[in-house]
Amino acid sequence: MLDLKNITAGYERGRPVVREVSLAVAPGEAVGLLGPSGCGKSTLARVAALLHRPDNGTVTLDGALVTEWRHRAPRAQRTTVGVVFQSPRLAADPRLRLREIVAEPLRATGRQIEVRERVDELADLVGLGGDLLNRRPHEVSDGQLQRACLARALVLRPRLLVCDEMTAMLDASTTAALVAAVERYRRETTASLLAVGHDRTLLERWCDRAAEWTELSG
Amino acid sequence: MTKAAATKAAATTVLSVRGLSVRFRMRGGRHIAAVTDVSFDLAAGECLALVGESGCGKSVLASALLGLLPGNAQTAGSAVLHGGGDPVDLLAADERTLARTVRGRRIGLVPQSPAAHLTPVRTVRAQLAETLRELTGTPRRELRAATEAAAERAAFPLGHLDRYPHELSGGLAQRAATALALVGDAPLLLADEPTTGLDRDLVDRTADELRRTADDGRALLMITHDLAAAERIADRVAVMYAGRVVELADATSYFGGSGPRHPYAQGLLEALPERAFTPVPGMPPELGDLPDGCAFAPRCERATGQCGTRPPFDGRVACHHLEEPGRA
Ligand code: SF4
Repeated sequence: MLDLKNITAGYERGRPVVREVSLAVAPGEAVGLLGPSGCGKSTLARVAALLHRPDNGTVTLDGALVTEWRHRAPRAQRTTVGVVFQSPRLAADPRLRLREIVAEPLRATGRQIEVRERVDELADLVGLGGDLLNRRPHEVSDGQLQRACLARALVLRPRLLVCDEMTAMLDASTTAALVAAVERYRRETTASLLAVGHDRTLLERWCDRAAEWTELSG
Repeated sequence: MTKAAATKAAATTVLSVRGLSVRFRMRGGRHIAAVTDVSFDLAAGECLALVGESGCGKSVLASALLGLLPGNAQTAGSAVLHGGGDPVDLLAADERTLARTVRGRRIGLVPQSPAAHLTPVRTVRAQLAETLRELTGTPRRELRAATEAAAERAAFPLGHLDRYPHELSGGLAQRAATALALVGDAPLLLADEPTTGLDRDLVDRTADELRRTADDGRALLMITHDLAAAERIADRVAVMYAGRVVELADATSYFGGSGPRHPYAQGLLEALPERAFTPVPGMPPELGDLPDGCAFAPRCERATGQCGTRPPFDGRVACHHLEEPGRA
């Protein structure tokens, strides 16, 4: 599903934070990527989510070589991957209602009634009940906002979900609830998962296998 | 401190909270009951962990103790600080008293995000020295030695004292913030989510360092959603739900032994990936729209008609249908 080969990436020339890292995720597989903070694993997650162009190496997504990143990536490829980050506050537009945040990726689709149905479906999946969808980010908790960000990541039915420290700021119950929502989605769609984090107990429990950052460099 | 002195200190109440409530007045005459009728004592040398989901009121409780509530807050009850001087009710004291004699001097704050708490344009040495001058009046010629002693108390490496906050790792930034919190030698330390976002071994180290400050005779109130950190260092655990303490237990019986007794406290613990990894169903209620009876009833398997009236808190737990310890 996802094949990262010899990826080198960074933000300043000559100072890569990811060096020659390889990692593969099979169709339907859930892979955890374990490493301390600041090790570069989030950068690799951004490469996998087509948000950051690597300096070197190849990314193959669903059998096709990735040649463009961010908004330049072809739509079909972009919609293959959904991504959730650590901080929902940074990832959600504070002016929008949760319903609009979840529906953001559907903007191109247009058909209002379909958008509504899809958003309701996902709200149900992630457990956003009551009038929560009509609120803005400052009116909900971090956990509730992260539920909305997960729903947004799933709204286009991605075949691969990338979760970068999705639950690092959340309490145990919200963590378990979000993981359960991801797993329900994966059962229904056989989508793959790349979960990046530093919590060994969590990733080993959640994923089929957990890869160590230090062992990935070739 | 000698053993005898430590034993004596352990019997000394540093903070006594009685019937503490905080309500926020909102637009349209609505009210949010963020904290309701919370009571506990905290002794020197003791660590109490206040745990619960985000939005359960634990951070508001911390703000109330520091006198940092926003203008639309109304408080009731009392929170008397005994340590470090004449008793003072933190809820009744004026801002001048709190700023001059309480914050930093009688209550040290270990902040949630040390990076945001440290001044970005000044070195750790400069910030420690300034805080020392301000809080302890250390004369200039002794400042260098005192600064280094303050750094060492929080295991902050002296070789890094001349660095700026952005040049520090998360762990060292946390230690710098802890060193600052310890400068005033406050008898009460308040740690607000001190381990959020840290790697597990950093969580352990930070928690251990906090524990050491308690072992030195301070009272430590740790507000956290990190049950592993609480398990590591707490003597007692207070579980908050919808603004109330629903269980107050010894850490050993809570995490091991007979386990929690309140259904919510049990659910929170069972949500851990090393346990059942199942969430408590549903979500916490809105603090502006709490039911009359037990606030946990909509999520509780054991709820009955009786739960329509609020279960009283007997000093340990608030629930109508307790299972026998050990059976859960
Ligand atoms: S009082 Fe009733 S609803 Fe509340 S926790 Fe106990 S059993 Fe559950």
